[in-house]
Amino acid sequence: MKKPATRFAGSDSYVATAELTLAVNAAVTLSRPLLVKGEPGTGKTQLAQEVASALGRPLFEWHVKSTSKAQQGLYEYDAVSRLRDSQLGDAKVQDIANYIVPGMLWRAFESDEQAVLLIDEIDKADIEFPNDLLRELDRMEFYVYETRQLVKARHRPIVFITSNNEKELPDAFLRRCFFHYIRFPDRETMEAIVDVHFPGLKKELLAESLTAFYRIRDVPGLKKKPSTSELLDWIKLLLAEEVPPEALRSDDQKVSIPPLYGALLKNEQDVHLFEQLVFLNRRAGRPG
Amino acid sequence: MLIRFFLMLRAAGVPVSITEFLALLEALQARLIGPEKGRPEKGTLPFSSWEKGSVPFSGLPFSEQFYHLARAVLVKDERHFDRYDQVFAAHFRGIELAFEALVAEIPADWMRKSLELSLSDEDKARIAALGGWDALMETLRRRLAEQQGRHEGGSKWIGTGGTSPFGAHGYNPEGVRIGQEGSRNRRAVKVWDRREFANLDDTVGLGTRNVKLALRRLRRFARQGAAEQLDLDGTIDSTARRAGLLDIRMIPERHNAVKVLLFLDVGGSMDDHVRICEELFSAASSEFKHLEYFYFHNFVYESVWKDNRRRHTERTRTVEVMRTYGHDYKLVMVGDATMSPYEIVQPGGSIEHWNEEAGAAWMRRLLSNYPHHVWLNPEPRDRWEWTPSVKITRELFEDRMFPLTLSGLDRAMKALL
Repeated sequence: MKKPATRFAGSDSYVATAELTLAVNAAVTLSRPLLVKGEPGTGKTQLAQEVASALGRPLFEWHVKSTSKAQQGLYEYDAVSRLRDSQLGDAKVQDIANYIVPGMLWRAFESDEQAVLLIDEIDKADIEFPNDLLRELDRMEFYVYETRQLVKARHRPIVFITSNNEKELPDAFLRRCFFHYIRFPDRETMEAIVDVHFPGLKKELLAESLTAFYRIRDVPGLKKKPSTSELLDWIKLLLAEEVPPEALRSDDQKVSIPPLYGALLKNEQDVHLFEQLVFLNRRAGRPG
Repeated sequence: MLIRFFLMLRAAGVPVSITEFLALLEALQARLIGPEKGRPEKGTLPFSSWEKGSVPFSGLPFSEQFYHLARAVLVKDERHFDRYDQVFAAHFRGIELAFEALVAEIPADWMRKSLELSLSDEDKARIAALGGWDALMETLRRRLAEQQGRHEGGSKWIGTGGTSPFGAHGYNPEGVRIGQEGSRNRRAVKVWDRREFANLDDTVGLGTRNVKLALRRLRRFARQGAAEQLDLDGTIDSTARRAGLLDIRMIPERHNAVKVLLFLDVGGSMDDHVRICEELFSAASSEFKHLEYFYFHNFVYESVWKDNRRRHTERTRTVEVMRTYGHDYKLVMVGDATMSPYEIVQPGGSIEHWNEEAGAAWMRRLLSNYPHHVWLNPEPRDRWEWTPSVKITRELFEDRMFPLTLSGLDRAMKALL
């Protein structure tokens, strides 16, 4: 790549593991899209934003919904405005190009410098959606039929695609991407993450809250395990309520209910299960 | 050497294509990875400290860099990570081991976390390491070949909670971790030997991979049989194109009026299958106009339920189901239909409660209420003949019983239309 030295210099609010750094670098250098999967709340969407700000590149976000069509990312032909203008006798109605509204992909292609494009939650769309983008992502070009114009990327954008595994992606699509699965952070990484978000956090509180957090995650059979973003919310709450670290410390029994656990468990069945477990443990823990 | 790695990956069932392999070579040529240089403490850095110099990635030993790079380029599904790990270990340890033995998988239930081992420091000190790394791996391979069953505790076999160097949730300072969820003692040796993705691997019968294909069938079915409707966007669009001359466009309805009433047999042998069916139908539910599901055990009697945890308190009467959901619903029953024939034909035959009327009577009522009905049976087709209850059920359904396979689903959906 003939770009002037690409330097990551930016945000302090995101901790990337070495593997993730490698995957991002590989995708950037070889200009392939990077498909990112992982548990909810592990910072998939944030990755693109952080890379864009770290590299100082413009970011284009395309949030996919169940009704999204691949075409909407390229361009849309606004026929209704044209019809209205034609009835008002507006002169610009003669030129169809006035009614072509570029989508996110087009805007990323036209960017003056290399852009970062995020296609968020691609699995939400129809299963044919990724297939419709094959050529666009591969050759970074597409054809506008209305104006008979070929849109080509000036600089191949850095493409991030996130998926929550709700639908399987077609093989042909996967073959064109690099893939990274963000694992749930281990304790060390988690400490680094919390440190980045709450720089002044007391050591004790951090240790106790992480212990409580991982204990909850280890409860078997939870429907929705608490994730990083929930941990961060919880710590924010703990700080706001000024909960002392001692309150989090579990007593002799293995499990106790941590305060404000509503931030961690989002499902009434999970809360119920957890409470039952605590109850059982207390009974089991009683001597004799 | 990489070509052999590539072929081994394919042989192990990781779907790698030539383009991906070429991409890996390209990545190596681009010097994306290099020998370790000024290695930082641990592989966790904030973005601000990223620097892309000549060697953009120097946080990890070279072999691990290659491991991660090749995985990002070659493997596109976390379900295949485990297989990749095994192939990687097999290939790069440079030993022509009995590769099949590893791929044949260490059965997951050996690893089930059912035994927790907590050792005091003295205990830990007492556990002697078994010798060097090579000796350890060699022993693991031999044990894998020898061992036949699940094992817990003890200090030799591979299993959980023991002090053997192999397995999970145990303690041996020089141990090889196999199939353990988190890191407990944080000592295990190589990243690919941790097999952290074992529980993401998925190769069961009608697995998620096949569900994708099955879904396509349901989709086609959900789009068929629809009446034509006005395409508002198309009409506006084409009217505008013709400069205001009205041009009405019709398209087939996309989400059609298919309504599905799903009855799932739960309990006992059916549980695994039920999970698959639930996944299958809930994934397809956006394609149906309505999807309602109920559970039953073995056979349908006067009541069914929606929540398995509250099955004894919150039941819905079958009469009520028939009243609520009209004749246009399509009835799909999923179950192995394997039970004592009395449970179908005899009043009071149910194994759970006293039923005033025979199951068959209830089933006939349901079937006459829902003229479009099928029974999906996860048991293989050739076993049906042996079970009298399956035969009776098939007769009740006038032979509209289909195996829970792709072709079976296909035929079932056709029969429903």
